[in-house]
Amino acid sequence: MMSETLSTAAYVGATILFILSLGGLSNPESSRRGNLYGMIGMAIAVLATVLGPQVTKAGYPWILGAMVIGAAIGLYAARVVKMTQMPELVALMHSLVGLAAVLIGYANYIDPVETAHFQGAEKTIHELEIYIGVLIGAVTFSGSLIAFGKLSARITGKPVLIPGRHWFNLAGLLLVLYFGGVFIHTQSIAEGMTPLMVMTVIALAFGVHMVMAIGGADMPVVVSMLNSYSGWAAAATGFMLNNDLLIVTGALVGSSGAILSYIMCRAMNRNFISVIAGGFGTGGGTPAAAGAQPAGEVHPISAPETAELLRAAKNVIIVPGYGMAVAQAQHTVYEITKQLRDMGLNVRFGIHPVAGRMPGHMNVLLAEARVPYDIVFEMDEINSDFPNTDVAMVIGANDIVNPAAQEDPSSPIAGMPVLEVWKAKNVVVMKRSMASGYAGVDNPLFYKDNTRMLFGDAKKMLDEVLVALKA
Amino acid sequence: MPQLIAVPRETAAGEKRVATVPEVVEKLIKLGFRVAVESGAGDAANFADDTYRAAGAEIIEDAPRLWAAADIVFKVRAPSMSEVAAMRQGQTLVSFIWPAQNPELMQALAERKATVLAMDSVPRISRAQKLDALSSMANIAGYRAVIEAAHHFGRFFTGQITAAGKVPPAKVFVIGAGVAGLAAIGTASGLGAIVRANDTRPEVADQVKSMGAEFVGVEYQEEGSGVGGYAKVMSQGFLKAQAAVFAKQAKEVDIIITTALIPGKPAPKLISAEMVRSMKPGSVIVDMAAEQGGNCELTSPGEVVVRHGVTIIGYTDLPSRLARQSSTLYATNLLRLTEELCKTKDGTINVNMEDEVIRGTTVIKQGAITWPPPPPKVSAAPPKPAAAKPPVPVAKGHGAASAPASAKATAIVFLVGAVLFWFIGAYAPATFLAHFTVFVLACFIGYMVIWNVTPALHTPLMSVTNAISSIIAIGALVQVAPPITDSADRPTQWIVGVALVSIALVAINMFGGFAVTQRMLQMFRK
Repeated sequence: MMSETLSTAAYVGATILFILSLGGLSNPESSRRGNLYGMIGMAIAVLATVLGPQVTKAGYPWILGAMVIGAAIGLYAARVVKMTQMPELVALMHSLVGLAAVLIGYANYIDPVETAHFQGAEKTIHELEIYIGVLIGAVTFSGSLIAFGKLSARITGKPVLIPGRHWFNLAGLLLVLYFGGVFIHTQSIAEGMTPLMVMTVIALAFGVHMVMAIGGADMPVVVSMLNSYSGWAAAATGFMLNNDLLIVTGALVGSSGAILSYIMCRAMNRNFISVIAGGFGTGGGTPAAAGAQPAGEVHPISAPETAELLRAAKNVIIVPGYGMAVAQAQHTVYEITKQLRDMGLNVRFGIHPVAGRMPGHMNVLLAEARVPYDIVFEMDEINSDFPNTDVAMVIGANDIVNPAAQEDPSSPIAGMPVLEVWKAKNVVVMKRSMASGYAGVDNPLFYKDNTRMLFGDAKKMLDEVLVALKA
Repeated sequence: MPQLIAVPRETAAGEKRVATVPEVVEKLIKLGFRVAVESGAGDAANFADDTYRAAGAEIIEDAPRLWAAADIVFKVRAPSMSEVAAMRQGQTLVSFIWPAQNPELMQALAERKATVLAMDSVPRISRAQKLDALSSMANIAGYRAVIEAAHHFGRFFTGQITAAGKVPPAKVFVIGAGVAGLAAIGTASGLGAIVRANDTRPEVADQVKSMGAEFVGVEYQEEGSGVGGYAKVMSQGFLKAQAAVFAKQAKEVDIIITTALIPGKPAPKLISAEMVRSMKPGSVIVDMAAEQGGNCELTSPGEVVVRHGVTIIGYTDLPSRLARQSSTLYATNLLRLTEELCKTKDGTINVNMEDEVIRGTTVIKQGAITWPPPPPKVSAAPPKPAAAKPPVPVAKGHGAASAPASAKATAIVFLVGAVLFWFIGAYAPATFLAHFTVFVLACFIGYMVIWNVTPALHTPLMSVTNAISSIIAIGALVQVAPPITDSADRPTQWIVGVALVSIALVAINMFGGFAVTQRMLQMFRK
């Protein structure tokens, strides 16, 4: 058994380890150590709590049992998940934290031992903490579930907008405030359950509605925002339980998630509010000008011709997008990269900050396919090199290489930084069809004279290119 | 009624090219046009009348009848005054015009109420590349320049070691790495010569290297790129440094090919008589800028002369000397232009002045001179999105518009923060305030730590923060078996049950989150 002071000291140690963990993740060299710090910190925190004065021996078998069940499921999921499914998994896991926050809030509220000793302002604040904790937890839970559905294509990726949705949100907010007032003025626990439950239902509905309204292309922002929410939920629980470790860690996770969302938004040149308000392009007032429709012919190319083009090139830049993830083509991409590098070509990757469906999605996939990270470059590092590039290969990307962002001020994506692939001597665009990207904007890149379209499933086409290259 | 495209024989002395070839005639007919070719128009380029006839063209014996029948005339060289006189009112003419150099011609064409598309005025934008006849002609000229040089040069280009002795490779120096220069570089290195090249625009160095030549730079800081990718006039200091480089090269190399042109200016004199004298006997200079006065002081335009033992080739008709090839490419350029003009494929052209390419190419529209065109839109610097920005209210007096605004915003944020803190400080109990302090400081730490994460690691970072948010497990842990005696009204089973479910849920996240992060990070390798 640990004393109160010892467990507090352990908490401080855990906190420091968590901070080091986040700091360690800032570059690939130290990242593995960062993750290790996180694990150690978590182990210390859990052990210090279990062995500390707040848990009696009677609870040990129960806790152990619950932990083992959860751990087994978690480890199994982590092992079998495909790297392309990472966004879904992370979203699903966020929902678990949200649900746990809701449950803990309820359990705390119905515990008279916990609540009885509070009086006056303290009681009000404590009830407010429960209320807020449950609220954030419920929004995180339902929002994450919808994000999971959207990412795994169980729910349509298109923004689903109900008429008067802002009024709906406002009404929800007012109701939540009203029931909050009712809740803190109730005298008994039984009385308080009604407003708490009503609020939970509203919060769940709000989470569903909020994420439903956001288009698939904005999912990176949403996932990282939900990440942030799960942190705030933990912090709110910390306030409720007077636990500094929870507060600190929750705040760390919450603020880091918020910053990450902000970085994402900046990469898309979008306003955070407009992303969260949902419905891409509807905020701008005017729809995309019809006059800006790119016209012209599309030049198709076959896989063997693509191989010829690559063979004649010296500098190649590959720009992967969500299409590569969908087609699971990253391994073939690596094979082609290897082949081209063996042939003496300079092959590099250009990654747009919001390529894919979560932040850094492409980097993870390429890393999985064993593409060395020193040939993978960010947009700002590689954009100036396109004019000296012989072939730019765009694999299943659309909006992030759309020249309309720079050339057409009336375009809904105007001003979004994009990879300037069209400046390369030749551009090969691999695409299933001529459909537009998530932003719903037509792409003038496809009609440029130096653009060749390789239609078909990215994996199949790349396999053919590889065969032709090796021939 | 489909329009008739007429192709007369070129009348300029020594011009062997023709504005269309049988292969292209077929494609023009597919676009819906009728095509007529003057008898013998393709003879000099080895395209016989019969081949045109076989492709579907009508052969018309004499030029006046052809001109009279035509709706659209395709030519290579700018028309002579007598040809202009033969034009019908309102005819369309497509050929090289050089409007800047030929004001009288422009005037005469305007008087015929003609519509004239000048192949030398095609805008230099990527969409127009397929109809850029200047480039396709320059490419041929560059090739032919090397062939002419080889013809007059008394040695092999490639180095050889034979039973009869060792042959050193020829050294070729190309000045100006535009389309013609690059073609010359490619041809010369293809023949086995050692090729060096120079250009005032430093950004072409890579192109030069890609063609197999060594880039000889001038050690002088000045940017040589003018508008539209062409070269511009350089300063005195630069010219001196450049002359020193050329003088040194002249002593070393066997062949110099000059292609230096500045739009609208006489060709710069780069090779002085002194440099020519310093060259080895038997050396060759091909002056591709001869038509604009020449890059070499001793060039005699249109002729081959020998000065100080150096052969100086000043031909101005290099593309015409490869007539079959240049006719084919030129005809294809015209076909691409016709496709742009006739998007409906119904055999009638539409000179759509809204189209940037057609607008730039058209120098006279129905008798009105429309040259020079407005400057091409530069794709690199898009117009600013003017509509989106509401006017920023300028704060009293001083400074840029944005700076005071953001200062104001900061002030408001601080003010709101101050009020909030005061409120909390005044009403909240002490314990809450202690937690609140910790909370705010932790937010700041999170903010600082995350700011310099590389984007490549965003996914692992998110997954690790997600795993860390499992710290919420502590909340459930303390609910399972707190050190209190059960009071009668505590629904212990409920609390314990809910808490255990929470623990299991969070454990999934905790173990799964760290494991998956570890799996991801393991994959990042150099």
